[in-house]
Amino acid sequence: MAKRIDVENLSIFYGSFKAVEDVSMTIEPRSVTAFIGSSGCGKSTVLRTLNRMHEVVPGGRVEGKVLLDGTDLYGSSVDPVGVRRTVGMVFQRPNPFPTMTIYENVAAGLRLNGVKNKKRLDETVERSLRGANLWNEVKDRLDKPGAGLSGGQQQRLCIARAIAVEPQVLLMDEPCSALDPISTLAVEDLITELKPKYTIVIVTHNMQQAARVSDRTAFFNLSAQGKPGNLIEIDDTTKIFNNPTEKATEDYISGRFG
Amino acid sequence: MSVTGVPVDLEPPSGQEPTEVPRGPGRLGDRLFGGSATLAGTIVIALVTLVGVFLLAQAIPAIAKDQVNFLWSREWNVDSEPLRFGVRDLLWATVVTSIIAMLLAVPVGVAVALFITEYAPRWLARPAAQLVDLLAAVPSIVYGLWGVATFTPFVGPLQNWLGSTLGWIPLFAPKYQSSLFVVGIVLAIMILPIVTALSREVFSQTPRTHKEAALALGATKWEMIRTAVLPYGQPGVISAAMLALGRALGETIAVTMILSALAPGSPWSWSLFNGGATFASLIANNAAEFDSPEKTGAYIAAGLVLFVLTFVVNAIARIVIERRKAFTE
Ligand SMILES: Nc1ncnc2c1ncn2[C@@H]1O[C@H](COP(=O)(O)OP(=O)(O)OP(=O)(O)O)[C@@H](O)[C@H]1O
Ligand SMILES: [Mg+2]
Repeated sequence: MAKRIDVENLSIFYGSFKAVEDVSMTIEPRSVTAFIGSSGCGKSTVLRTLNRMHEVVPGGRVEGKVLLDGTDLYGSSVDPVGVRRTVGMVFQRPNPFPTMTIYENVAAGLRLNGVKNKKRLDETVERSLRGANLWNEVKDRLDKPGAGLSGGQQQRLCIARAIAVEPQVLLMDEPCSALDPISTLAVEDLITELKPKYTIVIVTHNMQQAARVSDRTAFFNLSAQGKPGNLIEIDDTTKIFNNPTEKATEDYISGRFG
Repeated sequence: MSVTGVPVDLEPPSGQEPTEVPRGPGRLGDRLFGGSATLAGTIVIALVTLVGVFLLAQAIPAIAKDQVNFLWSREWNVDSEPLRFGVRDLLWATVVTSIIAMLLAVPVGVAVALFITEYAPRWLARPAAQLVDLLAAVPSIVYGLWGVATFTPFVGPLQNWLGSTLGWIPLFAPKYQSSLFVVGIVLAIMILPIVTALSREVFSQTPRTHKEAALALGATKWEMIRTAVLPYGQPGVISAAMLALGRALGETIAVTMILSALAPGSPWSWSLFNGGATFASLIANNAAEFDSPEKTGAYIAAGLVLFVLTFVVNAIARIVIERRKAFTE
Protein backbone atom coordinates (compact mmCIF):
# COMPACT_ATOMS: atom_id res chain seq x y z
CA MET A 1 0.00 0.00 0.00
CA ALA A 2 2.98 2.32 0.35
CA LYS A 3 3.36 4.44 -2.76
CA ARG A 4 6.18 5.72 -4.86
CA ILE A 5 6.59 9.45 -5.46
CA ASP A 6 8.14 10.96 -8.56
CA VAL A 7 8.76 14.69 -8.54
CA GLU A 8 9.39 16.11 -12.00
CA ASN A 9 10.74 19.62 -12.67
CA LEU A 10 8.83 21.08 -9.77
CA SER A 11 8.99 24.84 -9.16
CA ILE A 12 7.09 26.30 -6.26
CA PHE A 13 5.83 29.86 -5.85
CA TYR A 14 4.45 32.08 -3.10
CA GLY A 15 2.64 34.66 -5.20
CA SER A 16 5.31 35.98 -7.53
CA PHE A 17 8.18 34.76 -5.33
CA LYS A 18 9.75 31.58 -6.61
CA ALA A 19 10.75 29.70 -3.47
CA VAL A 20 12.01 26.46 -5.03
CA GLU A 21 13.22 25.80 -8.54
CA ASP A 22 13.24 22.75 -10.72
CA VAL A 23 13.27 19.87 -8.27
CA SER A 24 13.23 16.34 -9.63
CA MET A 25 13.53 13.26 -7.46
CA THR A 26 12.17 9.79 -6.86
CA ILE A 27 11.06 8.55 -3.48
CA GLU A 28 10.77 4.79 -3.19
CA PRO A 29 7.95 3.07 -1.31
CA ARG A 30 8.74 1.57 2.11
CA SER A 31 11.73 3.82 2.57
CA VAL A 32 12.62 6.81 4.68
CA THR A 33 13.86 9.89 2.86
CA ALA A 34 15.37 12.79 4.80
CA PHE A 35 15.38 16.40 3.54
CA ILE A 36 18.30 18.40 4.89
CA GLY A 37 19.63 21.85 4.13
CA SER A 38 20.02 25.29 5.63
CA SER A 39 17.08 27.30 6.90
CA GLY A 40 14.88 28.90 4.26
CA CYS A 41 16.02 26.74 1.37
CA GLY A 42 12.56 25.33 0.82
CA LYS A 43 12.48 21.92 2.52
CA SER A 44 9.09 22.54 4.14
CA THR A 45 7.81 24.06 0.93
CA VAL A 46 8.73 20.98 -1.11
CA LEU A 47 7.30 18.68 1.57
CA ARG A 48 4.02 20.55 1.55
CA THR A 49 3.62 20.18 -2.20
CA LEU A 50 3.63 16.40 -1.78
CA ASN A 51 0.15 16.47 -0.23
CA ARG A 52 -1.09 19.70 -1.78
CA MET A 53 -0.90 21.60 1.50
CA HIS A 54 1.14 24.25 -0.26
CA GLU A 55 -1.90 25.69 -1.99
CA VAL A 56 -3.55 26.34 1.38
CA VAL A 57 -1.25 29.36 1.65
CA PRO A 58 -2.80 32.31 -0.23
CA GLY A 59 -0.94 32.75 -3.50
CA GLY A 60 0.72 29.33 -3.29
CA ARG A 61 1.06 27.54 -6.65
CA VAL A 62 3.35 25.07 -8.39
CA GLU A 63 4.70 24.26 -11.82
CA GLY A 64 5.79 20.77 -12.74
CA LYS A 65 4.55 17.39 -11.67
CA VAL A 66 4.27 15.26 -8.56
CA LEU A 67 3.38 11.67 -9.45
CA LEU A 68 2.03 9.30 -6.84
CA ASP A 69 2.35 5.81 -8.29
CA GLY A 70 2.16 7.44 -11.69
CA THR A 71 -0.88 9.71 -11.12
CA ASP A 72 -0.18 13.43 -11.21
CA LEU A 73 -1.35 14.96 -7.92
CA TYR A 74 -1.82 18.27 -9.70
CA GLY A 75 -3.89 16.82 -12.52
CA SER A 76 -7.07 18.76 -13.17
CA SER A 77 -9.37 15.96 -12.02
CA VAL A 78 -7.54 15.31 -8.74
CA ASP A 79 -9.26 16.39 -5.53
CA PRO A 80 -6.76 17.82 -3.01
CA VAL A 81 -8.92 16.49 -0.16
CA GLY A 82 -8.45 12.97 -1.50
CA VAL A 83 -4.71 13.52 -1.85
CA ARG A 84 -4.43 14.57 1.78
CA ARG A 85 -6.28 11.45 2.90
CA THR A 86 -3.66 9.36 1.09
CA VAL A 87 -0.64 11.43 2.10
CA GLY A 88 -0.61 12.19 5.83
CA MET A 89 1.38 14.93 7.49
CA VAL A 90 2.95 15.65 10.88
CA PHE A 91 3.88 19.26 11.52
CA GLN A 92 6.91 20.85 13.10
CA ARG A 93 4.94 22.10 16.09
CA PRO A 94 2.55 19.65 17.73
CA ASN A 95 -0.97 20.73 16.82
CA PRO A 96 -3.57 18.48 18.43
CA PHE A 97 -7.12 19.84 18.21
CA PRO A 98 -7.32 21.71 21.51
CA THR A 99 -11.05 21.28 22.06
CA MET A 100 -10.96 17.52 21.51
CA THR A 101 -10.11 14.71 23.87
CA ILE A 102 -7.13 12.46 23.24
CA TYR A 103 -9.50 9.83 21.87
CA GLU A 104 -11.29 12.26 19.61
CA ASN A 105 -8.02 13.65 18.29
CA VAL A 106 -6.96 10.22 17.10
CA ALA A 107 -10.44 9.42 15.81
CA ALA A 108 -10.79 12.76 13.99
CA GLY A 109 -9.59 11.50 10.63
CA LEU A 110 -11.81 8.42 10.75
CA ARG A 111 -14.79 10.55 11.65
CA LEU A 112 -14.06 12.73 8.62
CA ASN A 113 -14.21 9.54 6.59
CA GLY A 114 -17.64 8.85 8.05
CA VAL A 115 -16.69 5.98 10.35
CA LYS A 116 -19.25 5.80 13.16
CA ASN A 117 -18.85 2.24 14.36
CA LYS A 118 -17.74 2.54 18.00
CA LYS A 119 -15.88 -0.76 18.02
CA ARG A 120 -13.92 0.09 14.91
CA LEU A 121 -13.07 3.53 16.28
CA ASP A 122 -11.94 2.03 19.60
CA GLU A 123 -9.73 -0.48 17.83
CA THR A 124 -8.18 2.08 15.52
CA VAL A 125 -7.54 4.54 18.32
CA GLU A 126 -5.78 1.89 20.39
CA ARG A 127 -3.78 0.57 17.44
CA SER A 128 -2.69 4.06 16.38
CA LEU A 129 -1.74 5.10 19.90
CA ARG A 130 0.23 1.88 20.32
CA GLY A 131 1.82 2.58 16.94
CA ALA A 132 2.87 6.01 18.14
CA ASN A 133 4.29 4.61 21.42
CA LEU A 134 1.77 6.60 23.40
CA TRP A 135 -0.82 4.04 24.46
CA ASN A 136 0.67 3.18 27.83
CA GLU A 137 0.96 6.81 28.83
CA VAL A 138 -2.58 7.84 27.95
CA LYS A 139 -4.75 4.73 28.11
CA ASP A 140 -6.27 5.81 31.42
CA ARG A 141 -7.11 9.31 30.30
CA LEU A 142 -8.38 9.05 26.77
CA ASP A 143 -11.22 11.40 27.64
CA LYS A 144 -8.91 14.21 28.77
CA PRO A 145 -8.04 17.12 26.47
CA GLY A 146 -5.20 16.44 24.05
CA ALA A 147 -3.72 19.85 24.82
CA GLY A 148 -3.05 18.69 28.39
CA LEU A 149 -0.24 16.38 27.30
CA SER A 150 3.44 17.28 27.30
CA GLY A 151 4.94 18.58 24.07
CA GLY A 152 6.50 15.23 23.22
CA GLN A 153 3.30 13.38 23.99
CA GLN A 154 1.36 15.85 21.88
CA GLN A 155 3.67 15.23 18.95
CA ARG A 156 3.22 11.48 19.25
CA LEU A 157 -0.53 12.11 19.51
CA CYS A 158 -0.30 13.97 16.19
CA ILE A 159 1.57 11.02 14.71
CA ALA A 160 -1.13 8.68 16.01
CA ARG A 161 -3.74 10.95 14.45
CA ALA A 162 -1.90 10.89 11.13
CA ILE A 163 -1.46 7.09 11.01
CA ALA A 164 -5.03 6.37 12.21
CA VAL A 165 -6.36 6.97 8.70
CA GLU A 166 -3.71 4.59 7.29
CA PRO A 167 -2.19 6.97 4.74
CA GLN A 168 0.15 5.56 2.14
CA VAL A 169 2.73 8.25 2.55
CA LEU A 170 3.68 10.02 5.78
CA LEU A 171 5.29 13.45 5.63
CA MET A 172 7.01 14.78 8.75
CA ASP A 173 8.27 18.35 9.00
CA GLU A 174 10.92 18.48 11.74
CA PRO A 175 8.79 16.25 13.98
CA CYS A 176 11.38 16.25 16.77
CA SER A 177 12.41 19.88 16.84
CA ALA A 178 10.32 20.55 19.96
CA LEU A 179 11.11 17.27 21.69
CA ASP A 180 13.48 16.12 24.42
CA PRO A 181 16.04 13.42 23.57
CA ILE A 182 13.91 10.59 24.98
CA SER A 183 10.82 11.56 22.99
CA THR A 184 13.04 12.09 19.97
CA LEU A 185 14.31 8.54 20.26
CA ALA A 186 10.75 7.29 20.66
CA VAL A 187 9.75 9.06 17.45
CA GLU A 188 12.81 7.73 15.62
CA ASP A 189 12.03 4.18 16.75
CA LEU A 190 8.52 4.75 15.56
CA ILE A 191 9.73 5.84 12.12
CA THR A 192 11.79 2.67 11.85
CA GLU A 193 8.75 0.60 12.86
CA LEU A 194 6.50 2.35 10.38
CA LYS A 195 8.93 2.02 7.49
CA PRO A 196 7.81 -1.42 6.27
CA LYS A 197 4.28 -0.09 5.76
CA TYR A 198 4.65 3.51 4.66
CA THR A 199 6.62 5.80 2.44
CA ILE A 200 8.13 8.32 4.83
CA VAL A 201 9.63 11.72 4.12
CA ILE A 202 11.14 13.62 7.02
CA VAL A 203 12.60 17.13 7.18
CA THR A 204 15.29 17.50 9.81
CA HIS A 205 18.05 19.84 10.87
CA ASN A 206 19.61 17.09 12.91
CA MET A 207 22.33 15.33 10.88
CA GLN A 208 22.58 12.44 13.30
CA GLN A 209 18.86 11.93 13.03
CA ALA A 210 18.99 11.90 9.24
CA ALA A 211 21.86 9.41 9.42
CA ARG A 212 20.03 7.23 11.96
CA VAL A 213 16.58 6.96 10.40
CA SER A 214 16.83 7.54 6.68
CA ASP A 215 17.68 5.34 3.71
CA ARG A 216 17.99 8.24 1.31
CA THR A 217 18.92 11.86 1.92
CA ALA A 218 18.13 14.90 -0.20
CA PHE A 219 20.24 18.01 0.26
CA PHE A 220 18.69 21.40 -0.58
CA ASN A 221 20.53 24.67 -0.83
CA LEU A 222 20.11 28.32 -1.72
CA SER A 223 22.50 29.71 -4.31
CA ALA A 224 22.04 33.18 -2.77
CA GLN A 225 19.64 35.04 -0.49
CA GLY A 226 16.42 35.91 -2.31
CA LYS A 227 17.11 33.28 -4.96
CA PRO A 228 15.00 30.12 -5.16
CA GLY A 229 16.19 27.00 -3.35
CA ASN A 230 17.50 24.01 -5.33
CA LEU A 231 17.85 20.32 -4.80
CA ILE A 232 21.61 19.80 -4.87
CA GLU A 233 21.62 16.03 -4.71
CA ILE A 234 19.70 13.04 -3.48
CA ASP A 235 21.41 9.74 -2.82
CA ASP A 236 21.75 6.89 -0.34
CA THR A 237 22.22 8.30 3.14
CA THR A 238 25.54 6.52 3.66
CA LYS A 239 26.82 7.98 0.42
CA ILE A 240 25.67 11.52 1.25
CA PHE A 241 27.27 11.40 4.67
CA ASN A 242 30.50 9.65 3.71
CA ASN A 243 31.22 10.45 0.14
CA PRO A 244 28.89 13.07 -1.39
CA THR A 245 29.19 13.92 -5.06
CA GLU A 246 28.77 17.66 -4.64
CA LYS A 247 31.17 19.94 -2.84
CA ALA A 248 28.30 21.99 -1.33
CA THR A 249 26.91 18.86 0.30
CA GLU A 250 30.22 17.97 1.82
CA ASP A 251 30.64 21.51 3.15
CA TYR A 252 27.21 21.43 4.72
CA ILE A 253 27.59 17.97 6.24
CA SER A 254 30.95 18.79 7.76
CA GLY A 255 29.63 22.05 9.16
CA ARG A 256 31.79 24.30 7.00
CA PHE A 257 28.71 25.99 5.64
CA GLY A 258 25.75 28.19 6.79
CA MET B 1 32.00 34.21 32.40
CA SER B 2 33.50 30.79 32.10
CA VAL B 3 31.28 27.80 31.77
CA THR B 4 34.01 25.21 31.54
CA GLY B 5 33.87 23.96 35.11
CA VAL B 6 36.41 26.35 36.57
CA PRO B 7 35.11 27.18 40.05
CA VAL B 8 33.41 30.56 39.95
CA ASP B 9 34.31 33.09 42.59
CA LEU B 10 31.09 34.01 44.33
CA GLU B 11 32.51 36.80 46.51
CA PRO B 12 32.28 40.26 45.00
CA PRO B 13 35.75 41.48 44.04
CA SER B 14 37.26 43.31 47.00
CA GLY B 15 37.12 47.08 47.00
CA GLN B 16 33.82 47.10 45.18
CA GLU B 17 30.39 47.70 46.71
CA PRO B 18 28.18 44.63 46.52
CA THR B 19 25.76 45.45 43.72
CA GLU B 20 22.21 46.11 44.87
CA VAL B 21 19.15 44.70 43.21
CA PRO B 22 18.07 47.60 41.02
CA ARG B 23 14.96 49.31 42.34
CA GLY B 24 13.88 51.69 39.66
CA PRO B 25 10.89 53.27 38.05
CA GLY B 26 9.83 49.77 36.99
CA ARG B 27 8.75 48.86 40.52
CA LEU B 28 7.07 52.22 41.08
CA GLY B 29 5.22 51.93 37.77
CA ASP B 30 4.03 48.47 38.78
CA ARG B 31 2.70 49.75 42.05
CA LEU B 32 1.01 52.77 40.49
CA PHE B 33 -0.64 50.70 37.82
CA GLY B 34 -1.61 47.91 40.21
CA GLY B 35 -3.07 50.47 42.58
CA SER B 36 -5.12 52.28 39.97
CA ALA B 37 -6.37 49.01 38.46
CA THR B 38 -7.50 47.82 41.89
CA LEU B 39 -9.17 51.17 42.51
CA ALA B 40 -10.98 51.09 39.19
CA GLY B 41 -12.13 47.53 39.84
CA THR B 42 -13.40 48.42 43.29
CA ILE B 43 -15.29 51.43 41.94
CA VAL B 44 -17.01 49.33 39.30
CA ILE B 45 -18.07 46.70 41.82
CA ALA B 46 -19.22 49.39 44.23
CA LEU B 47 -21.25 51.09 41.50
CA VAL B 48 -22.99 47.88 40.48
CA THR B 49 -23.79 47.14 44.11
CA LEU B 50 -25.10 50.66 44.61
CA VAL B 51 -27.33 50.39 41.55
CA GLY B 52 -28.71 47.11 42.88
CA VAL B 53 -29.30 48.56 46.35
CA PHE B 54 -30.96 51.64 44.87
CA LEU B 55 -33.30 49.55 42.74
CA LEU B 56 -34.18 47.32 45.67
CA ALA B 57 -34.74 50.22 48.08
CA GLN B 58 -37.15 51.88 45.69
CA ALA B 59 -38.87 48.75 44.50
CA ILE B 60 -39.56 46.96 47.78
CA PRO B 61 -42.01 49.51 49.28
CA ALA B 62 -43.97 49.60 46.04
CA ILE B 63 -44.10 45.80 45.79
CA ALA B 64 -45.24 45.66 49.41
CA LYS B 65 -48.23 47.84 48.52
CA ASP B 66 -49.01 45.86 45.37
CA GLN B 67 -52.53 44.39 45.50
CA VAL B 68 -51.82 41.61 42.98
CA ASN B 69 -49.03 39.08 42.48
CA PHE B 70 -46.09 41.06 41.16
CA LEU B 71 -44.61 38.24 39.11
CA TRP B 72 -47.77 36.59 37.88
CA SER B 73 -50.33 39.36 37.33
CA ARG B 74 -50.94 40.81 33.88
CA GLU B 75 -52.38 44.04 35.20
CA TRP B 76 -50.48 47.30 35.11
CA ASN B 77 -52.40 49.98 36.90
CA VAL B 78 -50.34 52.43 38.91
CA ASP B 79 -52.29 55.61 38.29
CA SER B 80 -54.57 55.27 41.30
CA GLU B 81 -54.26 53.78 44.76
CA PRO B 82 -54.29 50.90 45.51
CA LEU B 83 -51.52 49.92 43.11
CA ARG B 84 -52.12 46.83 41.01
CA PHE B 85 -49.17 45.81 38.88
CA GLY B 86 -47.54 42.63 37.67
CA VAL B 87 -44.90 41.82 35.09
CA ARG B 88 -46.10 38.66 33.36
CA ASP B 89 -46.99 40.40 30.07
CA LEU B 90 -43.80 42.41 30.13
CA LEU B 91 -41.68 39.34 30.77
CA TRP B 92 -43.41 37.50 27.95
CA ALA B 93 -42.98 40.34 25.47
CA THR B 94 -39.36 40.93 26.42
CA VAL B 95 -38.36 37.27 26.32
CA VAL B 96 -40.28 36.44 23.14
CA THR B 97 -38.91 39.34 21.14
CA SER B 98 -35.37 38.55 22.30
CA ILE B 99 -35.74 34.85 21.50
CA ILE B 100 -36.97 35.65 17.99
CA ALA B 101 -34.05 38.04 17.57
CA MET B 102 -31.50 35.48 18.79
CA LEU B 103 -32.92 32.63 16.71
CA LEU B 104 -32.54 34.73 13.60
CA ALA B 105 -29.41 36.72 14.33
CA VAL B 106 -27.04 34.13 15.82
CA PRO B 107 -27.08 31.55 13.01
CA VAL B 108 -27.09 34.21 10.31
CA GLY B 109 -24.37 36.22 12.07
CA VAL B 110 -22.14 33.17 12.47
CA ALA B 111 -22.73 32.22 8.85
CA VAL B 112 -21.86 35.71 7.62
CA ALA B 113 -18.75 35.75 9.83
CA LEU B 114 -17.66 32.40 8.40
CA PHE B 115 -18.31 33.64 4.90
CA ILE B 116 -16.17 36.71 5.48
CA THR B 117 -13.29 34.88 7.14
CA GLU B 118 -13.22 31.63 5.19
CA TYR B 119 -15.05 31.82 1.90
CA ALA B 120 -15.01 35.38 0.59
CA PRO B 121 -12.22 36.34 -1.80
CA ARG B 122 -9.87 38.84 -0.23
CA TRP B 123 -11.02 41.88 -2.22
CA LEU B 124 -14.51 41.29 -0.82
CA ALA B 125 -13.70 40.17 2.71
CA ARG B 126 -12.19 43.44 3.84
CA PRO B 127 -14.94 45.83 2.74
CA ALA B 128 -17.58 43.37 3.95
CA ALA B 129 -15.97 43.24 7.39
CA GLN B 130 -15.79 47.02 7.56
CA LEU B 131 -19.41 47.36 6.51
CA VAL B 132 -20.50 45.00 9.26
CA ASP B 133 -18.49 46.91 11.86
CA LEU B 134 -20.12 50.10 10.63
CA LEU B 135 -23.62 48.62 10.92
CA ALA B 136 -22.87 47.63 14.52
CA ALA B 137 -22.51 51.30 15.33
CA VAL B 138 -25.81 52.53 13.85
CA PRO B 139 -27.87 54.13 16.65
CA SER B 140 -31.08 52.33 17.55
CA ILE B 141 -33.33 55.31 16.84
CA VAL B 142 -32.42 54.83 13.18
CA TYR B 143 -33.49 51.21 13.32
CA GLY B 144 -36.68 52.31 15.07
CA LEU B 145 -37.53 54.82 12.37
CA TRP B 146 -36.77 52.36 9.66
CA GLY B 147 -38.79 49.67 11.43
CA VAL B 148 -41.87 51.89 11.64
CA ALA B 149 -41.65 53.53 8.26
CA THR B 150 -40.42 50.73 6.04
CA PHE B 151 -40.26 47.39 7.71
CA THR B 152 -43.64 47.04 9.43
CA PRO B 153 -45.61 47.58 6.20
CA PHE B 154 -43.19 45.26 4.45
CA VAL B 155 -43.61 42.39 6.93
CA GLY B 156 -47.38 42.85 7.03
CA PRO B 157 -48.08 40.46 4.12
CA LEU B 158 -45.71 37.82 5.52
CA GLN B 159 -47.39 38.06 8.87
CA ASN B 160 -50.84 37.80 7.32
CA TRP B 161 -49.80 34.79 5.33
CA LEU B 162 -48.33 33.07 8.41
CA GLY B 163 -51.49 33.95 10.33
CA SER B 164 -53.79 32.51 7.71
CA THR B 165 -51.85 29.29 7.06
CA LEU B 166 -50.51 28.51 10.54
CA GLY B 167 -53.14 30.41 12.52
CA TRP B 168 -54.30 27.19 14.22
CA ILE B 169 -51.01 27.17 16.17
CA PRO B 170 -51.52 29.53 19.12
CA LEU B 171 -48.15 31.18 18.44
CA PHE B 172 -49.34 32.33 15.01
CA ALA B 173 -52.90 33.41 15.79
CA PRO B 174 -53.61 36.51 13.66
CA LYS B 175 -53.53 39.81 15.57
CA TYR B 176 -51.95 43.21 15.04
CA GLN B 177 -49.53 44.55 12.47
CA SER B 178 -46.97 46.10 14.78
CA SER B 179 -46.39 42.90 16.68
CA LEU B 180 -43.83 41.16 18.84
CA PHE B 181 -42.87 39.31 15.67
CA VAL B 182 -41.96 42.50 13.83
CA VAL B 183 -40.06 43.81 16.84
CA GLY B 184 -38.19 40.49 17.07
CA ILE B 185 -37.09 40.78 13.47
CA VAL B 186 -36.01 44.42 13.85
CA LEU B 187 -34.07 43.46 16.99
CA ALA B 188 -32.47 40.63 15.02
CA ILE B 189 -31.32 43.09 12.39
CA MET B 190 -29.98 45.38 15.11
CA ILE B 191 -27.94 42.69 16.84
CA LEU B 192 -26.84 40.88 13.68
CA PRO B 193 -23.85 43.18 13.14
CA ILE B 194 -22.73 42.69 16.75
CA VAL B 195 -22.84 38.92 16.48
CA THR B 196 -21.15 39.05 13.08
CA ALA B 197 -18.41 41.50 14.01
CA LEU B 198 -17.39 39.66 17.19
CA SER B 199 -17.64 36.19 15.62
CA ARG B 200 -15.59 37.31 12.66
CA GLU B 201 -12.95 38.57 15.05
CA VAL B 202 -12.61 35.24 16.88
CA PHE B 203 -12.85 33.13 13.74
CA SER B 204 -10.09 35.11 12.09
CA GLN B 205 -7.86 34.37 15.06
CA THR B 206 -8.09 30.60 14.68
CA PRO B 207 -4.44 29.51 14.68
CA ARG B 208 -3.28 28.44 11.23
CA THR B 209 -1.82 25.29 12.77
CA HIS B 210 -5.28 24.09 13.84
CA LYS B 211 -6.72 24.67 10.40
CA GLU B 212 -3.78 22.96 8.71
CA ALA B 213 -4.10 20.01 11.08
CA ALA B 214 -7.65 19.49 9.88
CA LEU B 215 -6.86 20.03 6.20
CA ALA B 216 -3.89 17.66 6.34
CA LEU B 217 -6.23 14.93 7.60
CA GLY B 218 -8.22 15.35 4.42
CA ALA B 219 -10.94 17.63 5.70
CA THR B 220 -12.98 19.59 3.21
CA LYS B 221 -13.33 23.30 3.82
CA TRP B 222 -16.57 22.84 5.73
CA GLU B 223 -15.15 19.93 7.74
CA MET B 224 -12.12 22.07 8.55
CA ILE B 225 -14.46 24.79 9.81
CA ARG B 226 -16.30 22.25 11.94
CA THR B 227 -13.20 20.65 13.43
CA ALA B 228 -10.97 23.69 13.83
CA VAL B 229 -12.69 27.06 13.44
CA LEU B 230 -16.01 26.54 15.22
CA PRO B 231 -14.65 24.81 18.35
CA TYR B 232 -11.97 27.47 18.64
CA GLY B 233 -14.48 30.27 18.21
CA GLN B 234 -17.27 28.80 20.31
CA PRO B 235 -16.64 30.70 23.57
CA GLY B 236 -16.27 33.91 21.56
CA VAL B 237 -19.53 33.27 19.74
CA ILE B 238 -21.29 32.64 23.03
CA SER B 239 -19.94 35.90 24.42
CA ALA B 240 -21.01 37.70 21.27
CA ALA B 241 -24.49 36.21 21.52
CA MET B 242 -24.77 37.26 25.16
CA LEU B 243 -23.72 40.80 24.38
CA ALA B 244 -26.28 40.87 21.60
CA LEU B 245 -28.94 39.36 23.86
CA GLY B 246 -28.20 42.02 26.44
CA ARG B 247 -28.83 44.66 23.83
CA ALA B 248 -32.02 42.95 22.62
CA LEU B 249 -33.45 42.58 26.13
CA GLY B 250 -32.76 46.18 27.00
CA GLU B 251 -33.48 47.79 23.64
CA THR B 252 -35.83 50.66 24.28
CA ILE B 253 -36.37 53.22 21.61
CA ALA B 254 -36.85 50.99 18.58
CA VAL B 255 -39.26 48.76 20.49
CA THR B 256 -41.17 51.73 21.86
CA MET B 257 -41.58 53.14 18.38
CA ILE B 258 -42.73 49.94 16.71
CA LEU B 259 -44.71 47.84 19.17
CA SER B 260 -48.41 48.64 19.51
CA ALA B 261 -49.66 48.64 23.08
CA LEU B 262 -52.35 46.25 24.26
CA ALA B 263 -55.69 47.60 25.44
CA PRO B 264 -55.97 47.21 29.22
CA GLY B 265 -57.75 44.00 30.13
CA SER B 266 -57.28 42.32 26.75
CA PRO B 267 -57.24 38.53 27.05
CA TRP B 268 -54.02 36.52 27.25
CA SER B 269 -52.72 35.32 23.93
CA TRP B 270 -49.74 33.19 22.94
CA SER B 271 -49.64 34.85 19.56
CA LEU B 272 -46.39 36.33 18.29
CA PHE B 273 -48.57 38.68 16.29
CA ASN B 274 -49.88 40.28 19.46
CA GLY B 275 -48.84 43.74 20.58
CA GLY B 276 -47.60 44.50 24.07
CA ALA B 277 -44.81 46.20 25.91
CA THR B 278 -41.36 45.10 27.01
CA PHE B 279 -39.83 46.18 30.31
CA ALA B 280 -37.78 48.83 28.59
CA SER B 281 -40.53 50.16 26.36
CA LEU B 282 -43.04 50.35 29.21
CA ILE B 283 -40.66 52.30 31.37
CA ALA B 284 -39.69 54.62 28.54
CA ASN B 285 -43.30 55.25 27.58
CA ASN B 286 -44.13 56.34 31.12
CA ALA B 287 -40.92 58.05 32.16
CA ALA B 288 -42.65 61.45 32.09
CA GLU B 289 -45.14 60.42 34.77
CA PHE B 290 -43.04 59.32 37.70
CA ASP B 291 -44.90 61.62 40.08
CA SER B 292 -45.32 59.56 43.24
CA PRO B 293 -42.70 57.41 44.93
CA GLU B 294 -44.97 54.34 44.77
CA LYS B 295 -45.56 54.78 41.06
CA THR B 296 -41.87 55.26 40.43
CA GLY B 297 -41.20 52.25 42.62
CA ALA B 298 -43.48 50.09 40.50
CA TYR B 299 -41.53 50.92 37.36
CA ILE B 300 -38.26 50.43 39.16
CA ALA B 301 -39.46 47.01 40.28
CA ALA B 302 -40.04 46.20 36.63
CA GLY B 303 -36.55 47.45 35.83
CA LEU B 304 -35.22 45.23 38.58
CA VAL B 305 -36.71 42.16 36.92
CA LEU B 306 -34.97 43.13 33.68
CA PHE B 307 -31.72 43.55 35.64
CA VAL B 308 -32.07 40.06 37.15
CA LEU B 309 -32.98 38.60 33.77
CA THR B 310 -29.84 39.91 32.07
CA PHE B 311 -27.79 38.86 35.05
CA VAL B 312 -29.09 35.28 34.91
CA VAL B 313 -28.52 35.08 31.17
CA ASN B 314 -24.95 36.24 31.57
CA ALA B 315 -24.30 33.83 34.43
CA ILE B 316 -25.51 30.92 32.32
CA ALA B 317 -23.21 31.98 29.48
CA ARG B 318 -20.28 32.19 31.90
CA ILE B 319 -20.95 28.67 33.11
CA VAL B 320 -21.09 27.34 29.56
CA ILE B 321 -17.80 29.05 28.69
CA GLU B 322 -16.11 27.86 31.90
CA ARG B 323 -17.05 24.28 31.17
CA ARG B 324 -15.23 24.46 27.84
CA LYS B 325 -12.19 26.05 29.39
CA ALA B 326 -10.26 22.87 30.13
CA PHE B 327 -10.28 22.19 26.41
CA THR B 328 -9.20 25.54 25.10
CA GLU B 329 -5.84 25.99 26.78
N1 LIG C 1 3.73 31.51 3.64
C1 LIG C 1 4.77 31.99 2.96
N2 LIG C 1 4.63 33.10 2.21
C2 LIG C 1 5.66 33.59 1.50
N3 LIG C 1 6.90 33.05 1.49
C3 LIG C 1 7.11 31.96 2.23
C4 LIG C 1 6.06 31.37 3.01
N4 LIG C 1 6.57 30.28 3.64
C5 LIG C 1 7.86 30.21 3.28
N5 LIG C 1 8.20 31.20 2.43
C6 LIG C 1 9.51 31.42 1.82
O1 LIG C 1 9.87 30.29 1.08
C7 LIG C 1 11.24 30.00 1.27
C8 LIG C 1 11.40 28.57 1.74
O2 LIG C 1 10.80 28.44 3.00
P1 LIG C 1 10.66 27.05 3.75
O3 LIG C 1 9.77 27.26 4.91
O4 LIG C 1 10.27 26.01 2.79
O5 LIG C 1 12.16 26.81 4.24
P2 LIG C 1 12.74 25.59 5.08
O6 LIG C 1 13.81 24.98 4.26
O7 LIG C 1 11.65 24.72 5.55
O8 LIG C 1 13.39 26.36 6.30
P3 LIG C 1 13.48 25.87 7.83
O9 LIG C 1 14.57 24.88 7.87
O10 LIG C 1 13.85 27.14 8.54
O11 LIG C 1 12.16 25.35 8.22
C9 LIG C 1 11.78 31.01 2.26
O12 LIG C 1 12.44 32.02 1.51
C10 LIG C 1 10.55 31.58 2.90
O13 LIG C 1 10.74 32.92 3.24
MG1 LIG D 1 10.73 24.30 7.47
